[in-house]
Amino acid sequence: MRKDRKIRVLIAKPGLDSHDRGAKVVARALRDAGMEVIYTGLRQTPQQIVETALQEDVDVIGLSILSGAHKTLFPRIMRLLREQDLTDVMVFAGGIIPEEDVVKMKKLGIKEIFGPGTTTETIIRYVLDNLPRRS
Amino acid sequence: MTKTEELAKGVLAGNRRSVARAITTIENNDPEAQELIARIYAHTGKAHIIGLTGAGGAGKSTLIEKIVKEYRRRGRTVGVVAVDPTSPFTGGAFLGDRIRMQELCTDEGVFIRSMATRNYAGGIARATKDAVKVLDAAGKDVVIVETVGAGQSEVEIIKVAQTIVVVHAPGLGDEIQAIKAGVMEIADIFVVNKADRENANKAVIDIQSNLQMNNKEIPWKPPVLKTIALTGEGILELVDKIEEHRCFLEGDLECRRVSLRTKAEAELIDAIRERVTGSLIEKLKKEGKFDALVHEIMEKKTDPTSAAEKLLKKAVHDAEA
Repeated sequence: MRKDRKIRVLIAKPGLDSHDRGAKVVARALRDAGMEVIYTGLRQTPQQIVETALQEDVDVIGLSILSGAHKTLFPRIMRLLREQDLTDVMVFAGGIIPEEDVVKMKKLGIKEIFGPGTTTETIIRYVLDNLPRRS
Repeated sequence: MTKTEELAKGVLAGNRRSVARAITTIENNDPEAQELIARIYAHTGKAHIIGLTGAGGAGKSTLIEKIVKEYRRRGRTVGVVAVDPTSPFTGGAFLGDRIRMQELCTDEGVFIRSMATRNYAGGIARATKDAVKVLDAAGKDVVIVETVGAGQSEVEIIKVAQTIVVVHAPGLGDEIQAIKAGVMEIADIFVVNKADRENANKAVIDIQSNLQMNNKEIPWKPPVLKTIALTGEGILELVDKIEEHRCFLEGDLECRRVSLRTKAEAELIDAIRERVTGSLIEKLKKEGKFDALVHEIMEKKTDPTSAAEKLLKKAVHDAEA
């Protein structure tokens, strides 16, 4: 990666979660790994998330969700990303997403799910190793 | 059509994706950046550029959200560039200004971009200036640049703006000290936010008396306004004042012409400086003496200034040969 280039990551919380401790831990870890992290706070709608990703021209989106609404919200987010022609953005997710839903989420286009107990090093490593190549 | 041509076209058409990509090109200092700016430059100069600065915790982002909403109410489109510091140790940045502005996210008339200072060699000013040009060329009526008001580079960025608003909040520290020199002198409008707090009136008086200490006759006397950004109190008056300042700038044709000329001259000098420094250092590094001199500096056999003199003398000598 060229010297002036930075990896831009959007950490987003779709839905009605009431706290963002985990999301902030990940955000800070990615910042300390040299990335520019845009964090938009609680209660984001799919439209807000995708519009933010577009305006901020991010390379990566990390979705954090604890409420169990991933099966409703993630398909909407992925659809909006396609509609906005943002399919080259890498999307990963974390929070409370049951094992049995992981395959379904990956089928939507979410590259990896990081459940509770995942180390921040793992996430950092994953982002660095799988960064989408932009021309 | 080349990719850069296409990108420029998209910017001029106000396409959000193009605007976003264009700003990335500028941030990354891609080789296309220069051509991009060249292609859109003729279309800049229409937007009213507002700089908003002040210590962290003064309520700038919340204030901006309200200001943008008021401009939207008046039928104007707005671009926002929110600047946050890059860590000099990790190179990373936490860009959280959008948190307070997310309601504006899905308004098509608003474009918000978070930028990190990235410790650019030439200072953050160049990248921010060019990002503002993109938003200007894309047709935004108003562009607001938000920074933390501390340090030299913030004063730099703020020179991008035509109207500079300095935001203060009571309780952030000793009132007069809290507004640093430099920032104090360039403000066109002062705002005491969180005006429901104790000492708000004292803050207003402190700022006003500080201003009176500059006895020069000035055509624009910076007003000191009170706002409560959270409730929206004082926002109407603030936007009215900003508009008043804009009219003042445009109405006084001579003043405007002089200010445009000074700005253009400063931009040219900056651009020359950047180009010369960049290519000169590259050239000096390639010649053998550079590394040897670095070692001499490390061993305290010479000092940096003398070493630089040596290198430059040789370069000039070679150039004239």
